[in-house]
Amino acid sequence: MADISQQLKEQVLQARDSGHKLNIVGGGTKTFMGREADPDAGTLNVGEHTGIVDYHPVELVLTVRAGTPLSEIEATLAEQGQCLHFEPPRFGDASTIGGTLACNLSGPGRPWAGSVRDQVLGIRLLNGKGEHLRFGGQVMKNVAGYDVSRLQAGALGTLGLITEISMKVMPRPAASLTLVQEMGMDEVIHYMNSRAAEPKPITAACWVDGKVYLRLSGAKSGVEATAEKWSGDVMENGDQFWQQVQDMQHEFFAGNDVPLWRFSVGSTAATPNLEGNWFIDWAGSQRWFRGAGELKELEPMARAAGGQVSLFRGGDRNGEVMHHQPEALKGIQRRIKNAFDPDNIFNPGRLYSWL
Amino acid sequence: MTTKPKVSKAELAEQFRSFIDPEYVITDDETMKPYECDGMSMYCEMPLLVVLPETVEQVQRVMRICNENAVPVVARGAGTGLSAGAMPNKEGVVLSLAKFNRIIEIDPLARAARLQPGVRNLAISEEAAQFGLYYGPDPSSQIACTIGGNVAENSGGVHCLKYGLTVHNILSVEMVTAEGDVVTVGSDGLDSCGMDLLALMTGSEGLLGVVTEVKVKLLPKPEVAQVVMAGFDDVQKGGDAVGGIISHGIIPGGLEMMDGHAIVAADDFAQAGYPRDAKALLLCEVDGTEEEVHEHIAQAEEVFRKLGATSVRTSQSEEERALLWKGRKSAFPAVGRISPDYYCMDGTIPRREIAYVLTEMEKMSEEFGLRVANVFHAGDGNLHPLILFDANVPGEFERTEAFGSRILEMCVEVGGCITGEHGVGVEKIRQMAVQFNDEELQQFHDVKAAFDPAGILNPGKGVPALKFCQEYRSLEHKQHTHEHTEAAHG
Repeated sequence: MADISQQLKEQVLQARDSGHKLNIVGGGTKTFMGREADPDAGTLNVGEHTGIVDYHPVELVLTVRAGTPLSEIEATLAEQGQCLHFEPPRFGDASTIGGTLACNLSGPGRPWAGSVRDQVLGIRLLNGKGEHLRFGGQVMKNVAGYDVSRLQAGALGTLGLITEISMKVMPRPAASLTLVQEMGMDEVIHYMNSRAAEPKPITAACWVDGKVYLRLSGAKSGVEATAEKWSGDVMENGDQFWQQVQDMQHEFFAGNDVPLWRFSVGSTAATPNLEGNWFIDWAGSQRWFRGAGELKELEPMARAAGGQVSLFRGGDRNGEVMHHQPEALKGIQRRIKNAFDPDNIFNPGRLYSWL
Repeated sequence: MTTKPKVSKAELAEQFRSFIDPEYVITDDETMKPYECDGMSMYCEMPLLVVLPETVEQVQRVMRICNENAVPVVARGAGTGLSAGAMPNKEGVVLSLAKFNRIIEIDPLARAARLQPGVRNLAISEEAAQFGLYYGPDPSSQIACTIGGNVAENSGGVHCLKYGLTVHNILSVEMVTAEGDVVTVGSDGLDSCGMDLLALMTGSEGLLGVVTEVKVKLLPKPEVAQVVMAGFDDVQKGGDAVGGIISHGIIPGGLEMMDGHAIVAADDFAQAGYPRDAKALLLCEVDGTEEEVHEHIAQAEEVFRKLGATSVRTSQSEEERALLWKGRKSAFPAVGRISPDYYCMDGTIPRREIAYVLTEMEKMSEEFGLRVANVFHAGDGNLHPLILFDANVPGEFERTEAFGSRILEMCVEVGGCITGEHGVGVEKIRQMAVQFNDEELQQFHDVKAAFDPAGILNPGKGVPALKFCQEYRSLEHKQHTHEHTEAAHG
């Protein structure tokens, strides 16, 4: 539990003066993400910048230093019957909140509870000029200035070092249960979307290995009444199953030999016809694919499904791993990068080869 | 900052008329008059001209011409904004999106709607109702305000705490850049690769691009909604009850609060049966499945009683629910009846500060000699103080503005912010200097330049020029008197 922001700031200023680049590292559990880190760059370690700065359970707001491990945050919240509603994946005990935001990672409840980006209220950011800036705030609604806080979600640290995050937290649901039944991949898209269109307390929907899993949570009476109306068997260890999905510990994700692709697409779109295994989450909006492929070949399929594809883990990480950007958007993103990090210090080439 | 435009009004109009129906290139003062302000009518300016394109391609051509000639462009939806964000620039073009008013598609299975930017907020829910769906954010102006404007302001409404703001309820935005390119940010998926430009666009007040299409998420309409009304004889108790409900684990669909002045005005107007002697009134709406609502309503009633409510009433029918809400929803016009004019403020505070802020506001009310009524979204700490004044009394509006400034600064002092949902626009541009330092404001300017290198989109709004900030900061905080308004104006 320490505030090392001054030290981090000096490191950035030093890098700026000496023309060095910096790779940002928190808990070091997400090194597999993005493109290969620049081997010539130094390390900017935010992992020691930890601690809960402010937490008022009544406000449902938590302010925390970026290097704080998720496990510590979740334990603190649990004491007050609260949780991180976006169910952040943990790739190890060291996974931090800062990395979660930079990578925009959210778990199975995301379509209903929102993503990490949705829950962020404000941040402190160390930009490439070594300025320690504050954006957003600690209140639910704040529309003063551009939403620089949420802009960071998915930027993989290319716009600066997130040092502190204020976010919305939520009460833990009083009750939760999971319904499971066998279903083919062809039927499941329609089924999950139909269920999601009903005004019922559904909070997760995924499909893997020929089975569809629906989670209901909220007031006990509402959960039980819905479970009685809907088909499927009540799963005995439902919470454990979803925890595995959240942390990508489900066996579908095991092993590094076969590349893991992530399709973020329209929830009702047809699943691309590819040779390999699928894990459909977020009621169809997030589809994981394990199989060989080329980004360029998969992109048209993702586009046809209304979305984008990225190479989440494995495969060639020296080429592009994120969906191709049109020229006009490339230009805007280059200029945004330049606005935050004019000397291109942070995570060079990690997001795109051209950034 | 824009430089001086390189074309005359006549030349510009002629160019626009070569590809836009000449009737929709407006240059005469009489027809332009309705465009001189938005919902914040205290701030007026006549534009150079008004143009109403009908296609995206026309919008692109307008932007290219304006960009080449350094002509400011102010995009405009229904003009219901409350921070003068759509106030014209006297050397610029008002780009009205009023003709883009078509609901392109509703996909009930995907729970999404594709909309042109001029579609009214309420029209989305009305159209989606046939599928048992609705659009979440419901700003008070929803009958008139448009989805394009909602994106520009990141509009909220009564149901934000549970259902989020505009930023949480949209999938993608198609926009025309300052340079005339069409780009789509976001997708049909719930996120896209790389930095989140969709979030950056949302709430950018027309400074980064012109929205030409929006895809929104739709939600299943809850089976049941019931409202509990609780009266308190003390503001502190009312404020505590807001936190009490939430920390009990109930996230209400809406949680609204009114102070004593607003209660009486609203009850006179709507005859909602409010406890007229109460100092604070809470309306707590719970929605969900029948079972869930039944369970939560019982808990809410108990929490309110425990926390000292002097009266608790739960709606037993849809009619009763509508009646209880009627008072709240008509609170603004109701307050309008008891005063010649009112000024609606918008700031956000941490919920725990509600009682403190309301008490301080009462003191300021005496200091400034102006009445204030409070109606607000208590669930997310979003205040809407209504300052009552008479514009015909010389100096009274200036005093009102000074009072308003003090309220916003107090919001920042207690850890809140200067705007929860109305935006900065022109109205709050001075207070930006209180919430942000120069480095932060410069970062905003740099972001703007990334989208709009020539600075033609809504110049002079949202983010103040740094030189004015120093001035404002040094004047503020030292002398909380009436003088500073004049100084800041000058």
